[in-house]
Amino acid sequence: MSAETAQNARGSGGASLLSDQRFRSLFFQALVIGLFGAFLLFIILNTATNIEKRGISTGFDFLGVPAGYDIAISPFFEFKATDTHGTVFWVGLLNTLMVSILGIFAATILGVILGVLRLSPNWLINRIVYCYVEVTRNVPLLLQILLWYSIFLGLPSVRQSISIWDTFILNQRGLIVPEPIPTAGFMLVPICLVIAIVGSFLFSKWAHKKQDETGKIYPVLMTSIVSILGLPILAFIVAGFPLEFSYPELKGFNFQGGLSIKPEFTALWFALTLYTAAFIAETVRSGIQSVSHGQTEASEALGLKPSWTMRLVILPQALRVIIPPMTSQYLNLTKNSSLAVAIGYPDIVQSFGGVTLNQTGQAIEVIFITMLVYLTISLVISAFMNWYNSRVRLVER
Amino acid sequence: MSSLTDQKYAPGEHPDLPPPPGSIGVVGWLRHRLFSSVGNTILTILAFFFLYKVGNAVIFWVFTGATFTGDTQDACTQGGACWLVIGDRFHQFMYGLYPQEEYWRANIVFVLMVFAIAPLLFDKLPHRGMFLIFSALFPFAAFYLLSGGWGLETVDTANWGGMLLTLVLGITGIVASLPIGILLALGRRSNMPIVRTLCVCFIEFIRGVPLITILFMASNMLPLFLPEGVNFDKLLRALIGVALFSSAYMAEVIRGGLQAIPKGQYEGADAMGLSYWQSMRLIILPQALRIVIPGIVNTFIGLYKDTTLVSIIGLFDLLGIAQVAVADVKWRGLAPETYAFIALLFFISCFSMSRYSLWLENKLHTGHKR
Repeated sequence: MSAETAQNARGSGGASLLSDQRFRSLFFQALVIGLFGAFLLFIILNTATNIEKRGISTGFDFLGVPAGYDIAISPFFEFKATDTHGTVFWVGLLNTLMVSILGIFAATILGVILGVLRLSPNWLINRIVYCYVEVTRNVPLLLQILLWYSIFLGLPSVRQSISIWDTFILNQRGLIVPEPIPTAGFMLVPICLVIAIVGSFLFSKWAHKKQDETGKIYPVLMTSIVSILGLPILAFIVAGFPLEFSYPELKGFNFQGGLSIKPEFTALWFALTLYTAAFIAETVRSGIQSVSHGQTEASEALGLKPSWTMRLVILPQALRVIIPPMTSQYLNLTKNSSLAVAIGYPDIVQSFGGVTLNQTGQAIEVIFITMLVYLTISLVISAFMNWYNSRVRLVER
Repeated sequence: MSSLTDQKYAPGEHPDLPPPPGSIGVVGWLRHRLFSSVGNTILTILAFFFLYKVGNAVIFWVFTGATFTGDTQDACTQGGACWLVIGDRFHQFMYGLYPQEEYWRANIVFVLMVFAIAPLLFDKLPHRGMFLIFSALFPFAAFYLLSGGWGLETVDTANWGGMLLTLVLGITGIVASLPIGILLALGRRSNMPIVRTLCVCFIEFIRGVPLITILFMASNMLPLFLPEGVNFDKLLRALIGVALFSSAYMAEVIRGGLQAIPKGQYEGADAMGLSYWQSMRLIILPQALRIVIPGIVNTFIGLYKDTTLVSIIGLFDLLGIAQVAVADVKWRGLAPETYAFIALLFFISCFSMSRYSLWLENKLHTGHKR
């Protein structure tokens, strides 16, 4: 053995070339590229022959072809069967974004509440939340979606609808709520909201600068809350309540008027929210627990008020732990919304990646576009969260 | 009481007094954990009320109001759950459409599986080495037993289903994804830019898209990628999709382990004159894999839950076969019962796995945790 090694060390020309790290690394990379290229070539050639044999058309022309099927849920614009597959794509994308954003919104609120309750000193509350979290996390999401859907479909029929004060109607075709219809002068409200937000932002900047210079503290939070809430309400009153509601009414076999929320959407939204909230609760709990009690004691010793202790000492440190896993929960929720396909909620996978794929047969293009959409959403969310994360990160020595 | 406090003792002679009544025992616990303040008391009462209402409804639906005996749905008149559908369909939930006279083969596989998995989970098992050899041989034995040939009747993979298929998918997924995941993780930490770029692209691509699109890709596009005449059956296509998907997640878990190994270990291995693969195989990976076992178990739980997605591409796993049962005209409107039963099965397996992972984490806390 030792003789062999010695011989290798002395080495002939070939051996020294092989043991040269730079050459070896180049050689391996060339090999990897070669193999990968050959693999790609193999797939491309096969695909080309297969496509030709089966007579599948290629290219993105199908996006301009009329879809020929209806989409039941298109809340942002009317969709007709004569619209193109390109329009199907946009309807699907908007539906995916709608359920994801609403899901993220609701799951964050519920998850934070549950996470805080999980830390409650009250044993009973603590255990109830623990059971909820464990049960929800350990049952497949798809199963939960189907379960909620079957429950919503099991609601009474249209004739025996559950009605709450004649404004909210619940039956197996969905939930019908009054639809707000803005009338003349309503535009004043959002304009005032924007003014209030910009104003509060500028005020907080100014207050911080003043604090740095003089040490005087201004009530930034209260002023912001009052102006952001108060200004639009004031505008609403000044404009003379420019909002009407269209109430659902039973006409013939179905309800007319009002905003109808389909059970597919509700089931998906419920399941996504409840499932993700359980994960967020665990994230929030571990984040808050990660800040040691000494931090609280130290800030109390410095004479900070409890609200300041929370805002200036505990939360910044907890957020640093919470944000990265929270980001991946948001991404998971967005990706999980694709399970809509199981209950027929027309998100991008169900409408575009499902029906359109079956009608056109152009699997490669359709799946490529669908995947690209999710990749883009993932990259955008993680870029945003990285930006936010770098803002809240504590500067270490 | 007063006599006790009034009494004078020499310094250091005072006997230990019992803790104040109500601060220990059941009463103390109740006071401290449930009724420590007004707000807490209100919370407790609300929680009790909530538990009473929900518990009552659940007990009625699951037990007191439920029907357990009977042949048809007409027997279910009590207003609670109708569990008859579970009994009627139990075989399908376990074996799918596997031929009835061949159930024994699936049963043997179930039993062998327990013996194959046990040595992987518990390292203090007696004769672990022999069991490990058996574990390595198990996949082949299971494949032979399930698919048949050589004296056994051949069973088409399209007939595999239920719990059997869910286990096949989960275990094959994890077994296939481990080596691929290790290679991807090593590639991602490699010094060679091209290898690294390829691995990063693959991992980030897979992690950026939902599993269902990968399954769609496997079921729709894979036949196009293959040369004429080569045809993968549905199960194999789903397996490839699941394995690719989980290997990307596995790679990230293993990368975490590789990063946790101190630099001195890498340098030490280099100083010993070990080649790259030797140092990985003998020094780095044994340590890295050991600390990420809990992470691997968690990935497996995720993968096990995700196998339900194959029901969307037309395989009859546990959830797929449940959907068939729900659509049955003989048992109408029993979706909640069926799904609740399936959910219970999943909960039992996933919860026990997560408990195992926690136990392991505590056991491994020695040494590496700083």
